[in-house]
Amino acid sequence: MFSNFDFDVIIRSLPYLFIDGMSFTLLLTAFAASGGIIFGTLLALMRLSGFAPLSLPAAGYVNLMRSVPLVLMIFWFYFLVPYIGQWITGAPRPIQVGAFLSSLVTFTLFEAAYYCEIMRAGIQSIPRGQVAAAQALGMNYAQTMGYIVLPQALRNMLPVLLTQTIILFQDTSLVYVLSITDFLGAASKVAQRDGRLVEMYLFAALVYFVISFVVSRLVRHLQTRVAIIR
Amino acid sequence: MITLSHVSKWYQSFQVLKDCSTEIAKGEVVVVCGPSGSGKSTLIKCVNGLEPFQEGTISVAGTSVGDRKTNLPKLRARIGMVFQHFELFPHLSVMRNLVLAQMKVLGRGREESEQRGMKLLDRVGLREHAHKYPGQLSGGQQQRVAIARALAMDPIAMLFDEPTSALDPEMINEVLEVMIALAKEGMTMAVVTHEMGFAHKVAHRVVFMDKGEIVEDAPTTEFFNKPRSERAQTFLSKILQH
Repeated sequence: MFSNFDFDVIIRSLPYLFIDGMSFTLLLTAFAASGGIIFGTLLALMRLSGFAPLSLPAAGYVNLMRSVPLVLMIFWFYFLVPYIGQWITGAPRPIQVGAFLSSLVTFTLFEAAYYCEIMRAGIQSIPRGQVAAAQALGMNYAQTMGYIVLPQALRNMLPVLLTQTIILFQDTSLVYVLSITDFLGAASKVAQRDGRLVEMYLFAALVYFVISFVVSRLVRHLQTRVAIIR
Repeated sequence: MITLSHVSKWYQSFQVLKDCSTEIAKGEVVVVCGPSGSGKSTLIKCVNGLEPFQEGTISVAGTSVGDRKTNLPKLRARIGMVFQHFELFPHLSVMRNLVLAQMKVLGRGREESEQRGMKLLDRVGLREHAHKYPGQLSGGQQQRVAIARALAMDPIAMLFDEPTSALDPEMINEVLEVMIALAKEGMTMAVVTHEMGFAHKVAHRVVFMDKGEIVEDAPTTEFFNKPRSERAQTFLSKILQH
């Protein structure tokens, strides 16, 4: 049944697929995940504070981000960020930030909403007595969070955070709407050029599957290594 | 050293503390007892500001706890506290538990903090457990580490919130022994406990609470031999009959 297919096209395009495509995908995933977890943790701390001017905007932000389709956000930011840049710097013309920066900003801001909810659950899972003990030792809010609550919350939530990161890794393929050469974009371009749609899309699916599967296995292994001894 | 005057506290409309006044002098050991739900834990947590209160004043070594201008973290660093459920930090080794606040709050160097920590671990008999994690220790050992952690801050007074209530019976004594030694050294202590044997042995005074009120506040022997209030009599007869 595969007689009409030419799988050599995959071999020929491997350097392009991985050096151009996959490195973009992985870089975007790594940066957006780091930025998203940091910003998401800040949002979680804001949401959990009893101070309404902090908790309400954070809650609003999370709900807004979670109710807008990601593709729309990618489009939006691509066209909007140059104007925001212009507005901030006061430049005479919209600042061209490039597709990578624009998609990085989008994914960071978008994923932060999801990481926020994960971190919020993680922080709430820490017994209140831990906070009381830290305070009783004279630690202030930042020390209590930084040394006691967040390290434990991160460890407890690590599997969920990494699962969310695997989803992010898959979602980065949506940057094809900006005709960026990420892994799927590269595969798609080769497929169109050589008329080898089935082969390339099958191969792309396989690569996404293998990476996601291996990483989720690693997550399980990692989980037992960083777990808090109880 | 610790003065409470007319302290009242409400959870919404429910009053948990009613006009509580008492005093703890330097070097004095005071046991706070009473039926469960009588507000004794809440009262002791007010002393270092872990629980806010709405009326009255508490002062510790001349600093007003309820005052908005008081730097609470700074005050708390000088008062040791031991909790019912130990509350060691499970993600840190025993030594890190002892060292963390010394370094971050008091600004001591690592070496000095570790020396101090080791000395206190030795004192509670757990020197060889320094590199273990809290989860690898028994309840009694964890509580002794918690006491050492509080002492590492060189506190001017120690608060104990039912330190033996969560322990298996065979571990209660090892914790009480540490506390008795501490009391005999002249540490100022406020202890919420049901351990009447401990009260007998080292307490100078017993404060008896019921329904948020301080019903009786008497020297230890007087409290046990001829309690004045009926509520204290009933409580003692229930606790001591076995």
